[in-house]
Amino acid sequence: MYSTAIWTSFSTILRREVRRFTRIWPQTLVPPVITMSLYFVIFGSLIGSRIGQMGGFSYMEFVVPGLIMMAVITNSYSNVASSFYSAKFQRNVEELLVSPTPNWVIMAGYVLGGVSRGLIVGFVVTLIALFFTDLGVQHLGMTVAIVFLAAVLFSLAGFINAIFANSFDDISIIPTFVLTPLTYLGGVFYSIDLLSPFFQGLSKLNPVLYMVNAFRYGVLGVSDINVAWAFVGVLVFIALLFGWGLHLMSHGKRLRH
Amino acid sequence: MTAALSIRNLEKTYDNGFQALKGISFDVQPGDFFALLGPNGAGKSTTIGIICSLVRKTAGSVSIFGVDIDKDFAAAKQLLGVVPQEFNFSQFEKVYDIVCTQGGFYGMPRKLAEERTEKYLKQLGLWDKRSVQARMLSGGMKRRLMIARALIHEPRLLILDEPTAGVDIELRRSMWTFLQQINAEGTTIILTTHYLEEAESLCRNIAIIDQGDIIENTSIRSLLKTLNREVFILDVREPLAECPDLGGFEGRLQDETSLEVTVEKGQSLNDLFTRLGEQDVAVVSMRNRANRLEELFVSLLADAKQEGEG
Repeated sequence: MYSTAIWTSFSTILRREVRRFTRIWPQTLVPPVITMSLYFVIFGSLIGSRIGQMGGFSYMEFVVPGLIMMAVITNSYSNVASSFYSAKFQRNVEELLVSPTPNWVIMAGYVLGGVSRGLIVGFVVTLIALFFTDLGVQHLGMTVAIVFLAAVLFSLAGFINAIFANSFDDISIIPTFVLTPLTYLGGVFYSIDLLSPFFQGLSKLNPVLYMVNAFRYGVLGVSDINVAWAFVGVLVFIALLFGWGLHLMSHGKRLRH
Repeated sequence: MTAALSIRNLEKTYDNGFQALKGISFDVQPGDFFALLGPNGAGKSTTIGIICSLVRKTAGSVSIFGVDIDKDFAAAKQLLGVVPQEFNFSQFEKVYDIVCTQGGFYGMPRKLAEERTEKYLKQLGLWDKRSVQARMLSGGMKRRLMIARALIHEPRLLILDEPTAGVDIELRRSMWTFLQQINAEGTTIILTTHYLEEAESLCRNIAIIDQGDIIENTSIRSLLKTLNREVFILDVREPLAECPDLGGFEGRLQDETSLEVTVEKGQSLNDLFTRLGEQDVAVVSMRNRANRLEELFVSLLADAKQEGEG
């Protein structure tokens, strides 16, 4: 395919993905916003006022970047996982597989669809956060870069989950048993300085910790970890997942028998 | 002349060890209306799956208008349109979006995709339903939607896997007319169907596949010439108490006004009518008991089975 045709194909997939999640906005955009608003009220405002300072900031200031990142991660992941698995389930993925669209363009289209939903939800959650706290951004470029890369990474993970899934249950197992624990234990609600050295070490094996802290560094200027490692780690994982996804599409037997 | 479709020694063995295709070869010429027939599980859908890249072949080669699908995947796919057996579109998308989006997947500029969407939805009688979600369409409309979608990039080779399954007679005939029209305009068509009447009326050439092997590949005209016997039902004016004397013809009474007569190759229908006339039996109408191609199809499959057992 020529580059213009590839671009047309990519933008068509992306447009269809955006059309899908905006068509069903009460399922895709409203619930995460309500959930995050509740987190702001309960953890940030009600409980947070009794906790006092964390990392030199009020608890509300501390927790907001983590909650925004959590919204971006979970929505990017679940958008691609559910959309691509539905396409497999209804077999309309065949529309793409029989077309000349290269596999990497199919992946890129779905991933950017997930990124779009993650960023839209993240933006709305940020606006709501402004009702609870002032959100000054210390490093704008880093903030935007890490939120975008995290959305790409978890969209890719959702894509691979969808390739392996054989039922709708299979696309909820990873978010429930892997993604949620990693996010909750990834420094969203606390600084790992509060943990014993053993659990600090254990937490550093959690990739979500690096993304949450890099984002918090971008917003507040503080982090529990070296931010450079966060970028290196995210980029390495993106490369690995992209390669794996491409391999599954080109040689795997879950889409083509 | 380069074949529209050229298949050589195509083999497919699934992971469970089932050999769906045992090295089939056949060509379809440009402009042909070709029937690929076979019983359920014979290997038709596997063959189509390999051609359109939804199934990975074990061995062999496939070329579309001379383009090897292994060498230039994208160019081969531009030449091919496929209408699958099962509905494979998003049930929640609008009819218009399904067709227009498919144009985008083939790299078509939006404006061109919109023009073609309108053209094919109108031709297939779906324009009024363009804003309706696909799940709201009737079965026949869903089939026509898949045809419109397959035509959006105007492929030179169109493969239809049982396009009229479950479609009522009126709609089936209107689909036949449409397919004949696009074939006349130059599109090569390959059709699989269980309605042998459909294959006989539409197709010029035929391949019959059974248990992963091609057991017949010829023109429909030549195939019909090999028919050794035909069974006719004659409707007579006056009720008959018993079967009249038919001379050399084999026959029986189906009921008091219907006579079933077997005419062997070489026998003349004139002789039959003369003999019935001599006995004052007036025939008011006559029809084949079964479709001629169906008779042949059943007999070819039976022969293949016997050879397999032998």
